[in-house]
Amino acid sequence: MDFLIFQVPMLTLQAVLDGLLLGILFALIAYGMALQWGVMNIINIAQGDLVILGGYIAYFMYLYGIHPAWGVIVSPIIMYFVGVIIYKLVINKVVDRDLFISILATFGISILFMQLMNFAFGADVVLANSGYGTTMLFDNSVTLPNSKIFSAFISIVFAIGLVIYMKKSKLGRAIRATAQNARAAKILGVDTEKVYAATFGINAALCGVAGALISITFTIHPYMGLPYTIRSFMIVIVAGLGNLPGVAMSGMGLGVFEEFADYILGTEFRIGSVFLLLVLILVYRRFKLSRKREYLK
Amino acid sequence: MKIKNIIITFVSAIAILFSTSVVSFAKVVGDKIILGAAISLTGKYSSNGVHTQNGYNMAVDRINEMGGVKVGGKTYMFDIIYYDDESNPKRAAQLAERLISQDGVEFMLGPYSSGLTKAIAPVTEKYGVPMVEANGASRSLFTKGYKYLFAVLAPANLYLDVAIETAVALNGGKGVRIAQAFEQDAFSQDVRLGILDAAERTGSKIIIDDKLPKELNDMAATLAKVKAVKPDVLVVSGHTKGALTAIRQIAEMKVDVPMLAMTHCDAAKLSKQHGKNSQYALCASQWHKTLTYKDDFFKDGMTYAADFEKLFGYDPPYQSAESSAALLVFKDAFERANTFDQKKVRDALAATNMQTFYGNIKFAEGGQNVDKPMVLFQVMCDDAGKCENKVVAPLKWASAELIHPIPKWSER
Repeated sequence: MDFLIFQVPMLTLQAVLDGLLLGILFALIAYGMALQWGVMNIINIAQGDLVILGGYIAYFMYLYGIHPAWGVIVSPIIMYFVGVIIYKLVINKVVDRDLFISILATFGISILFMQLMNFAFGADVVLANSGYGTTMLFDNSVTLPNSKIFSAFISIVFAIGLVIYMKKSKLGRAIRATAQNARAAKILGVDTEKVYAATFGINAALCGVAGALISITFTIHPYMGLPYTIRSFMIVIVAGLGNLPGVAMSGMGLGVFEEFADYILGTEFRIGSVFLLLVLILVYRRFKLSRKREYLK
Repeated sequence: MKIKNIIITFVSAIAILFSTSVVSFAKVVGDKIILGAAISLTGKYSSNGVHTQNGYNMAVDRINEMGGVKVGGKTYMFDIIYYDDESNPKRAAQLAERLISQDGVEFMLGPYSSGLTKAIAPVTEKYGVPMVEANGASRSLFTKGYKYLFAVLAPANLYLDVAIETAVALNGGKGVRIAQAFEQDAFSQDVRLGILDAAERTGSKIIIDDKLPKELNDMAATLAKVKAVKPDVLVVSGHTKGALTAIRQIAEMKVDVPMLAMTHCDAAKLSKQHGKNSQYALCASQWHKTLTYKDDFFKDGMTYAADFEKLFGYDPPYQSAESSAALLVFKDAFERANTFDQKKVRDALAATNMQTFYGNIKFAEGGQNVDKPMVLFQVMCDDAGKCENKVVAPLKWASAELIHPIPKWSER
């Protein structure tokens, strides 16, 4: 049974496509995390909660009769300001501090967000229906929900858009300069405070897009944020900091790996196997680093 | 300065002593029987926690209005002290401790969910406090030898038993091929054990047995396997998240199965959130308003549902109905025991044999209700897309005929 995937060839294709579509969406969340981690040296535990909040914005649009796909435009705008407000209230006080302090602070924000969302939206699991239908390939043996294809497409658009923005715009250049050396950037006239606020805002906006997409592909619930934080954390770790194309590759790779683990090892080992892979990659990296150090000696 | 400190310490000590000695009479104060309950009013179970509380409150008001509880020739009224357990088992256990040792409560009502009931049961057992619970169905609650725990609901392993029985009956008594996917939590795994028992009993074969992660939001892999192996029955249990995810992805991936059975459909508001896509799903339920059980307080299911809606503005889920039933059980036991002695009330509870609007109630040795079968309803929609849950099994209570097999997606 566990090797069904090798007996039914179409399942392999289904697994690869499902994994890729899932991975691209996760990569978008990880993208935001990598950006603000690289620029501000902050690991944002509340990342997943920002995603869920973005999802609720799309869900409420859906409730009021607006198609939830518009959420990918409205949600990032609102979430950008939410991000800037969080920065002004909390993050700016921990940005230069120890990593542990920022983890604690964002953990606090995460708990606060969960409780506030539970208070405001209730504890029911909800979703928004896009009504996008399904793409069927190979005589219905491979099926791809159009909502997932839409999600992946939008994620790619936003990711490419961000890369271009970071390269071409003034703010993008300022963000990159701050990431390289905040002190030098400050001396050269970059308002790093503003850059930090914008970076956190952009991260929250990306979470908003991802949240809106998740509300039409999966389900949302006030307490469902943490798995998204952990997933994006892992993607960033595997890709390595400051490696944005790596984030996309690692997101998709982990997505496909996870699907195959599900078919081969069983659903119960799906998440576990991803963690195992993470450990292996970290051990390998350490091994490689220590060899490099030996050369240096 | 020193004297001032001594005086403050002395006064506070007296105050603490006084307050504990006052509340230790709290179980029955004047004409009131005070029950204690830790309920999830915040946190992830808060929706169902509120359903539970509404069920308790409605029953308390109704019993009090209709003359209260008669013990030793005197009439008593019910009252409940609630604490919010924040959907957290540790907090629930602390609050049970507080209700019993500080507030002096001598009779408890259960919290919401198997996990929280599991946390509270050792505490009530330690103090010998009878607890009637209505929302903890996990089988493991009833195998620990608890003497003071009574559950008005059927245990989790029976949830989808009827579905397998029905599928086998429709297959001419021959075993069926079952695909199942269950979340890895106490409740869902108990439902799974029930299916394993039923499969063995009926000679059925389990061909997919997936355990879904707790952070479940994607079961595409499981469903792709289902498409490949084409089972006769697909069984899914993963609380509301599982029900919503399954229906969404079954519809998106156009998975054709002759029978789809699940839990938590009404808590997930399946037909409201998914409309016609949820059609034909079979759902296990502890209670349905169309069942014809009767009692003197709520009359029957339909009257209960109408009264509940008038009070709270929504159709009662089974979580509310079973919570109301818990109060009826307590009233009956107090009157039969004719005393507030905890041991005697416990014995009276153990001897309960009654019918309520919610169903028959009779407790087995382990405390579970063995006299109330689970019912299966099927989501049925009309052409306009309006969906309704109709009881289809067991046949005795059926209000509609089961639609089987489920029409293929290409024919819908």
